[in-house]
Amino acid sequence: MNRLVPFLAFVLLAGLLGFGIWWNSSHDPTAVPSPLIDKPAPAFALPELDDPAKVVTKASLLGKPYLLNVFASWCYVCGEEHPVLMAEAGQFGVPLIGYNYKDAPADAKAWLSRHGNPYAMVLADRSGQTAMNFGVYGAPETYLIDARGIIRYKRIGPLTPTVIRTQLEPAIAALKKEAP
Amino acid sequence: MTRRWLHALLAAFALAMAAAAAAQAIDPLPFRDHAQEVRFQHLTSQLRCMVCQNETLADSNAGLARDMRHKVFQLMQQGKTDAQIKQYLVDRYSDFVLYDPPVQPDTWLLWFGPFLILAAGGIAVALVVRRRSRARTDMAATQPGTADADDNGDDW
Amino acid sequence: MTPELGQLALILALLLALAQGILPLIGAWRGSRALMAVARPAAAGQAVFVALSFLILVWAFLHFDFSVRYVAENSNLELPWYYRIAATWGAHEGSLLLWILILNLWTVALAIFGRNLPEAFAARVLGVMGLISVGFLSFTLFTSDPFARLLPSPMNGADLNPVLQDPGMTFHPPMLYMGYVGFSVAFAFAIAALLGGSMEPSWVRQARPWTNAAWGFLSCGIVAGSWWAYSELGWGGWWFWDPVENASFMPWLVGTALIHAQAITEKRGSLRAWTILLSIFAFSLSLLGTFLVRSGLLTSVHAFASDPRRGLYILCYLAVVVGGSLLLYALRAPKVMGGKPFAVVSRETAMLIGNLMFTVAAAMVMLGTLFPLIGDALHMGRISVGPPYFGLLFPLLMTPVVLLLPLGPYLRWGKGGSGLLKGVLLRCGIAAVACALVAAFFVHGRPRAIMGVAAAVWVAAGVVLYVIRRWREMPRGRRYPAEMAGMLLAHFGVAVFLIGVLLSESLSVTRDVRMSPGDVQTIGGYQFRFDGIKQTLGPNWHAEQATVVVSRDGKPFTVMHPQKRTYPHDQVQTESAVDPGITRDLYVALGEPMDAGNVHGAWGLRVYYKPFVRWIWGGGLFMMLGGFVAAFDRRFRYRRATATEPAADTTPAAAPREAGA
Repeated sequence: MNRLVPFLAFVLLAGLLGFGIWWNSSHDPTAVPSPLIDKPAPAFALPELDDPAKVVTKASLLGKPYLLNVFASWCYVCGEEHPVLMAEAGQFGVPLIGYNYKDAPADAKAWLSRHGNPYAMVLADRSGQTAMNFGVYGAPETYLIDARGIIRYKRIGPLTPTVIRTQLEPAIAALKKEAP
Repeated sequence: MTRRWLHALLAAFALAMAAAAAAQAIDPLPFRDHAQEVRFQHLTSQLRCMVCQNETLADSNAGLARDMRHKVFQLMQQGKTDAQIKQYLVDRYSDFVLYDPPVQPDTWLLWFGPFLILAAGGIAVALVVRRRSRARTDMAATQPGTADADDNGDDW
Repeated sequence: MTPELGQLALILALLLALAQGILPLIGAWRGSRALMAVARPAAAGQAVFVALSFLILVWAFLHFDFSVRYVAENSNLELPWYYRIAATWGAHEGSLLLWILILNLWTVALAIFGRNLPEAFAARVLGVMGLISVGFLSFTLFTSDPFARLLPSPMNGADLNPVLQDPGMTFHPPMLYMGYVGFSVAFAFAIAALLGGSMEPSWVRQARPWTNAAWGFLSCGIVAGSWWAYSELGWGGWWFWDPVENASFMPWLVGTALIHAQAITEKRGSLRAWTILLSIFAFSLSLLGTFLVRSGLLTSVHAFASDPRRGLYILCYLAVVVGGSLLLYALRAPKVMGGKPFAVVSRETAMLIGNLMFTVAAAMVMLGTLFPLIGDALHMGRISVGPPYFGLLFPLLMTPVVLLLPLGPYLRWGKGGSGLLKGVLLRCGIAAVACALVAAFFVHGRPRAIMGVAAAVWVAAGVVLYVIRRWREMPRGRRYPAEMAGMLLAHFGVAVFLIGVLLSESLSVTRDVRMSPGDVQTIGGYQFRFDGIKQTLGPNWHAEQATVVVSRDGKPFTVMHPQKRTYPHDQVQTESAVDPGITRDLYVALGEPMDAGNVHGAWGLRVYYKPFVRWIWGGGLFMMLGGFVAAFDRRFRYRRATATEPAADTTPAAAPREAGA
């Protein structure tokens, strides 16, 4: 009987490896789930891209849910995500706020005028320090923050129509159900 | 006016170039003394780069890694302990950022598994040795002299 | 020479491999000599076509044939010819072809030098090798064809990754594959023994030289990879417990257990089932390593481009080969305890304990490497397992091995230690403690360095004492049989390795410094003066090169030139400058200008002082040498005689083995 132990152990191993292949084909292997889901978003005070004198704080955005989309002019994939945002921004039901990450303002503005601006407003985080508090580690990323300032959903990678249908819209709908 | 635009453009260009040519992991920081530098090196070598996920924070060329290293340095200057610094990063990036997995219920298999395997193997070896040594004493009892004559000595 | 000929050659090789795999096995089962005789010619034919295919690929690289997709993706017009040859195995498809080529090399060697294996046994061994080849050839042809065309063909190729443009690339993969694939021979022997049903351990004597040689090659390959990472990656590290490094380390650990278990089974006839199991494990881990690197399952700087279809294919192959062999083991491994018994204190017990520790270490490395995957499977979130885990558990598990190492030659087969055991323990202990005390003074009390010296002296003293004893007691010509010499060399290598690891880890100094031209930094007792930057050119790169003058006690003795190279397509690569030495390495890597764009101002540099780091690879090379020397023991060499006739030059102790079970 104990002669079968190595074989059974291997069957377990093969199962694990098979799972790994399946999992890899449907998930981004480099995506790390955020530890901030269902936790308060960090406090922030960031200038607007178009008007650096105006500073937007977390407190000023409380009361209504909103989407925070992390993007940058140097980010290739953001360029692929952008047409989707241009098409769908109006249909989310919540404002889409842009978060310009580690970018020179001139570059960001040029990029937006070239590709279009779907954002209700754009915050500029030149140094990336505030983004670290959000746990941002690349672009594009998108956060859904509710009326009380709690992060409810994070998308790592670009928003695609499929992701919007299957993940983002249900999350937004759930928020609406809590506080109509 | 034109010059300011030119400077801005050059700065933007430099920034873009800096992003293209990898921001290096070589990053002289103003340490107070060598002991602090060694502590920093030890700490950053236990943290994982979120961007180049197969490198430590100490070795990664990524821009975010540089930011995180500077943050670690800043926290060290503020007097935080290693545990507090690690907790700061875990709060933002999850356990993934630690190359030293914390010992908690979901990593018990990882930390104690090898010792369980060692114990199981040790029992198996003990049983084998016991069986063989019994066979040996049996052989010595029933056929005196053969057991000793039988071994090769230290011959090869 | 059209690439399609290369494809054709592979197809023909596959057909011959099928013949080599299936027919001799049927022949051995049915007792048909005609079918069994197919093995050697089929193996030869397969080798010819595989070699042809490989040469055609090399030819395509040398002649810039960018109509072949693989060539276009891995070379370009500026790439020097020697790196174009190495580019043949620089990515997935070509490295698979190299794997198959090396498998054929071992098969042909087996066909030539294995002439006095019993007919049916030889047919089975070659048959198994053929079946392994079938798997790899079909994988190549159906999913990873290196000869696929890229039309319209580009004017210039992409390039070989700059990290791979290094001498290490020319011999690390071939050496590594010689080791990985070499374990297939031990595997084939074990399977042939299981299939044949007769459990005489004489086949183990035939298997030993092949296994020792494979283990030697694998040791060399791992050492080469470590040295290459150290000199090329720029961060002074020599081992990262990276998943792909672990994938090569696991077969090495099990291979170490295997070569010792084979010694027990050959000489004493005991532990037959365990030796067979280890033979299966070693090659299975080689295959697992191949799978992990190509399946996209692991994030690693090493991993080849992934493709779930390829991953699935290799997994099925793994399931058939490993699952099949383990099932065969469950059904047919010897169940009755055979061979000579042994006492609690005996060489067998010591080696068994060593086997246990190596096997558990391999299991630990596998657990740590695959744990992130387990974490995903059980929805535990993403967990990282890195050097802090492996670096803690591995030394812990190896401590009993290090403690037992000097005792090996002084223990006896079967019963107890020779009376010398206590004396040896005492002498090694005293030597270790004395050297540790002296070392403590020099290293200012650093515990790891002191432990390193103590452990290394403990092991080395045991080896040296035994060498002296043999010199005194045996007549000339019989003092150091090759097998024993190999053992002594390899064990001595362990001592050298311990010094290298523990002293360099404990005593290294690393500093990131900001230096303007003319600045001097003192690190590790050496003065480093930065003398500015100038531009240089290479065959396919241009670089900013720093000049660093190194002095000791005010007297300059070397100039180092770290570079920051830019390759085509703006790929930047740091080329560190290393001043190698027996007792220390000095290492300088160039960073960035401190004021962006001002190359004549201050620069960031990383300077390392690494004492005894070369001893790490030196130890590994001693181990490799030990493996090769042991493989060439006269007892293992074949004569044109049948297996039942003891060869004239075997030692008298061999004779009872033929008669015993």
